[in-house]
Amino acid sequence: MAAITTHHLVKEYPGGVRAVDGLDLTIDDGEFFALLGPSGCGKTTLLRTIAGLESATDGRLHIGDRDVTDLQPGQRQVAMVFQDYALFPHMSVADNIAYPLKIQKVDKGERLAKAEDVGAGLSLDGLMARRPGQLSGGQQQRVALARAVASNPQVFLFDEPLSNLDARLRLEARTFLKRLQRDLGVTTVFVTHDQAEALALADRMAIMRDGRIQQVGSPREVFARPANTFVAGFVGSTPMNLHPAVVEGGRVSLAGTSLSLPPDTAGAVTDGQKVIWGARPEYLSWSPSTPAPDDDAVEGEVTVAENLGASVLVTVNAQDTLIQVVVDEENEPDIGARGWVRARPGRTLLFDAESEELLGASPGVPTVSAGTAGESA
Amino acid sequence: MTAPLQQTDAAPAGQPEQPRRRTAVDDGDAAGLGRGRAAAFVAPAMLLIAVFLIFPAIWTLYLGLTNWRLTGLAAAEPEFVGADNYLDALNDPAFRTSLMLTLAFVFFSAVVGQSILGFSLAWAFRRLRQGIRTVVETVVLMAWIIPASVIAFLWIALLARRDGTLNALLGTEGTAWLLEYPMQSIIIFNIWNGTAFSMLLFSSALAAVPPSQFETAKMSGAGTLATLRDVVFPNIRGHVLTNTLLITLWTFNVFAPYLITAGGPEGRTEILGIYIYRVALKEGALGEGAALSLIMILINLVVASVYLRLLRERKT
Repeated sequence: MAAITTHHLVKEYPGGVRAVDGLDLTIDDGEFFALLGPSGCGKTTLLRTIAGLESATDGRLHIGDRDVTDLQPGQRQVAMVFQDYALFPHMSVADNIAYPLKIQKVDKGERLAKAEDVGAGLSLDGLMARRPGQLSGGQQQRVALARAVASNPQVFLFDEPLSNLDARLRLEARTFLKRLQRDLGVTTVFVTHDQAEALALADRMAIMRDGRIQQVGSPREVFARPANTFVAGFVGSTPMNLHPAVVEGGRVSLAGTSLSLPPDTAGAVTDGQKVIWGARPEYLSWSPSTPAPDDDAVEGEVTVAENLGASVLVTVNAQDTLIQVVVDEENEPDIGARGWVRARPGRTLLFDAESEELLGASPGVPTVSAGTAGESA
Repeated sequence: MTAPLQQTDAAPAGQPEQPRRRTAVDDGDAAGLGRGRAAAFVAPAMLLIAVFLIFPAIWTLYLGLTNWRLTGLAAAEPEFVGADNYLDALNDPAFRTSLMLTLAFVFFSAVVGQSILGFSLAWAFRRLRQGIRTVVETVVLMAWIIPASVIAFLWIALLARRDGTLNALLGTEGTAWLLEYPMQSIIIFNIWNGTAFSMLLFSSALAAVPPSQFETAKMSGAGTLATLRDVVFPNIRGHVLTNTLLITLWTFNVFAPYLITAGGPEGRTEILGIYIYRVALKEGALGEGAALSLIMILINLVVASVYLRLLRERKT
């Protein structure tokens, strides 16, 4: 068991592309940690650098109290599960699981017993003699996991662990992975481009863009209090409403309506400052009734309604500002209906229009613990 | 490991990527053309095979049963001699010597030399930058595509006793490589000549090995030998067999060394193709040459069928 620490880690490819750009990050012992970001953001490179499959251009990498920056992958006590599982097609399940032990020259009886033991823990008993080609996707994934577990590593690395499974299996495998990680208690880092996966699995997560970390925090922190508009737009299954607004007289002016400031931004903004008003569609509500004068409500007309199953994503046009609201299935409005959009108290955010950084947040949401996020706000 | 975790994907895991065997209805008419039209489509190819492959083979078989000669009385009116040519050939020590020379030549220059060198080059170039790789591959390919006569001239110049390049390089002026080490010379010549094919074949085979398998071995701490044993060879086994089959047959039938040593000195490099050439065309015994040729074809067929069986075993 060990924590992972990077100190100003840099990975630069020939040609000057910096995939990882001066990263300071601490992943705590036993933590299930997600690296999230769009493709090309450097998350996979970071994972591979931790694994030792890429060598760091600059900076140091520690696992536990060992400096592993210059160690070969095989010496780092790290196990990796690849996106395609990388099972050896010519070996039986048992031999696949025992492979790292074979390389460590553990004798045959002992390593097969260990494989049997680990395999049983992952519900692979009865499949040990089969070849990977005779297994389902979910079973193959568990063989890959068993191989990682069998090598008794200090750190697990998963590269897009769920992306090769079909949609239904993915949810089950997600639950399974989370339980496995909790039971083993081994520090685990995984890479994903799917924000829902990161939110669901991770104890903490880092959102990356262009080789830099935008924010580090628990899923709850990241969801409720994104550090900037990039994170706000990337995390969440429906995109956050982000609209230009202006601070006027201690209030926010948006789409011709004056809204009260989110409470703890009061000191952080000045009159006339250009800001971006943000609110998740889930935290907005729609009502056809006229609001009370002190209600923070924006008037508009329903233009599109997209069914999400138990709810409807309604797009409201308020003076050419399109605001999306998640509405309960029973209250689905008609297209063209007029009404008011209200924000749940304390759930709106303001970002600076220029730096796009978060200006403040309503009370009731946790604050980010500073110090771990190298490049965050 | 802690307590067993409940497996949750039992039901949907039932839709696996298991290889599904197609159970085709075999009524002999898969394309739905009808036998007549199907036969008409195949006929041109069959005709070509018959004219250029089957007929010459049968003709060779027939010639081998006669005492046909290049010149003289037997050239005008060859007589039927039965299996004499075949029996003579098999009993002829010269033929057996030539066969042994050929086996040694094939084993060292093709199976060992070209395969190992070709694989080593492919393995070494795998990580080179594209530019350097292209240059090296082009150079190796040149050895393969330059006409044999040109290559033979180059090698004679290289190995020449007086003012030969090799002697100049090694400072061994006066060494007659082609007289002192004739078999070694043509083996190395043939390795040099044919390695490009193995190299290209293994290059593409290596490129097809999933990178994640290499990386899994690396993460487990596997060294080069373990990686070759556990990742590379199991993945490219089919390519190794194909390569060995092709270069064995090519090398078995090769004639180019004649241009360098002409089978000499004292027949020490008289591999089968050269031996047949001597018997049939230099000594004029066409009937005996035909018999030898047919024996050579049969050896080729045996080699090919052994490899094909190995390949088929791999697939099942």
